[in-house]
Amino acid sequence: MMSVLIQTNRLLDCEGLACPMPVVKTKKAMEDMKSGEVLEIRATDKGSVADLQSWAIRIGHLYIGVKEEGGVFRHFIRKSAENEIKPEIKHPHIISNEELSKKIASGDNVKIVDVREPAEYCFQRIPGAISIPMGELEMKLSQLSPDEEYAVVCRTGTRSDLACQIFVDQGFSKVKNVIPGMSMWEGPVEWDE
Amino acid sequence: MGTAIIKAMNAQELTKKLLNSEELFILDVRNTTEFNNWKIEGGKTEIVNIPYFDLLDGIEPALNQIPNDKNILVVCAKEGSSIFIAEQLIEAGRTSIHYLEGGMKAWSEHLEPIKVGDLRDGGEIFQFVRIGKGCLSYMIVSNGEAAMIDTLRMTAVFNQFAKDKGVQIKHTLDTHLHADHISGGRLLAEMTHATYWLPPKDADEVSFEYEALEEGKQIIVGDTKILIQPIYSPGHTIGSTSLIVDDQYLLSGDILFVESIGRPDLAGKAEDWVADLRTTLYETYKNLSQNLIVLPAHFGKVTELGEGGKVAARLGDLFTSNAGLNIDSDDEFRAAVTHNLPPQPNAYQEIRQTNMGRITPSEAEQREMEMGPNRCAVHDK
Repeated sequence: MMSVLIQTNRLLDCEGLACPMPVVKTKKAMEDMKSGEVLEIRATDKGSVADLQSWAIRIGHLYIGVKEEGGVFRHFIRKSAENEIKPEIKHPHIISNEELSKKIASGDNVKIVDVREPAEYCFQRIPGAISIPMGELEMKLSQLSPDEEYAVVCRTGTRSDLACQIFVDQGFSKVKNVIPGMSMWEGPVEWDE
Repeated sequence: MGTAIIKAMNAQELTKKLLNSEELFILDVRNTTEFNNWKIEGGKTEIVNIPYFDLLDGIEPALNQIPNDKNILVVCAKEGSSIFIAEQLIEAGRTSIHYLEGGMKAWSEHLEPIKVGDLRDGGEIFQFVRIGKGCLSYMIVSNGEAAMIDTLRMTAVFNQFAKDKGVQIKHTLDTHLHADHISGGRLLAEMTHATYWLPPKDADEVSFEYEALEEGKQIIVGDTKILIQPIYSPGHTIGSTSLIVDDQYLLSGDILFVESIGRPDLAGKAEDWVADLRTTLYETYKNLSQNLIVLPAHFGKVTELGEGGKVAARLGDLFTSNAGLNIDSDDEFRAAVTHNLPPQPNAYQEIRQTNMGRITPSEAEQREMEMGPNRCAVHDK
């Protein structure tokens, strides 16, 4: 099977290790990472699947998903920021998940920019959304046109709020932050097979 | 004070402790979903669940919950995490700390052989109690020969037992196509050149040769004529067949248990099989000798384990004590066996496919498929 390329910040090899080592090593690796970064863990122990998920949920990290390839489980976890639960919204123009869903359903050709990490985008996204991770935004904005209308989405509305401000700084006038974002998204989705 | 050392406890030792009602405190460090699905029960055990990954920052949260004056057994899926936690308990100054060797996997596979009784012409009948999963196999031995009924996957155990008894396995029988565990009947028959018997109505889709287990046939073990006489008793599956051994024992498969009755839905045909199940239990079984000793293929609760761990009951007594045999109206019966059924056994579709010979998973995959309780009875939780 072709291995799917998913861009992450760090790879942790736990192949051949049995419980508790995959979780122990993941915990250690996460301590050295920055908020928002994505860790890929490769493990062969089937027991690690449920345990890594449960552990991440308890700690508050985002368990993005798992892909199984030839007996290897590729887990993706994004390190959360301490203040991520209550985002401080600054960009004044917002669009709710429901409004965006309606726009898409009505055939409105709204352009969506997804600023999450590539791994998150890969597992679940709004169909047709353009992937521009937060870290690459300033560099890639020149590829978009400032007069178009954009809906900017992330998981909870925090990163997309920052992204909207960058859009405005670069002269974009019709940019809306999608609130709350993919964490509560109930509209149509697509993902990489 | 010297440092205590961590001790291994194997599944057999744990079984003995449960059956002897010895006090034991179990710390199960698997994740909560797995714990809620399936755990060690019985005897005088107390059990708490704290996942190992909640103890990565320190063992303190567990210390408050673990008594100082009891034997402690730490349990996980395979054993790695239980050793990891047990070592920390020792470092924290605790004593009498054990871990379960091989974890819940080993617990799920442990078989405890128990002699049920003697047969009239000098033979014996043994029950193998798979205590972790609630499955039961039987071996009938007589005059150098043996027959296995509802053989579990762990064929090596039965081979060794037959060797120790000096008997040759001649027949392996399945009372029905199992959905909760992988049958070892066909494999054991191949290994010992025995004949494998299966009810033909459960064998529509099987990929292998078998001998038809049906009424009118008699299977003889040894030359002392200990007859195994099949009785067609559908309801759990369409082919379900009970066996009468030596006019003393009724091997009821998954039709009748000590505290419950079989569920009719594991092949997707609950509504169709309700009437069959009712006829089997309330007519066919009612017309048998009430002195027969019922030997089922499962138990659902540890309270069904009797003396020495044996699972058995007189048929006449079950018509008084078993709720499933005391439902007056057909409608009520239909509701009882089709509504509010417990969840289906883990991977039951794949297990049925395996038992039909249509898929051949690896040993590791088979073990994984069998994780969890059997859940073949209507009242299992």
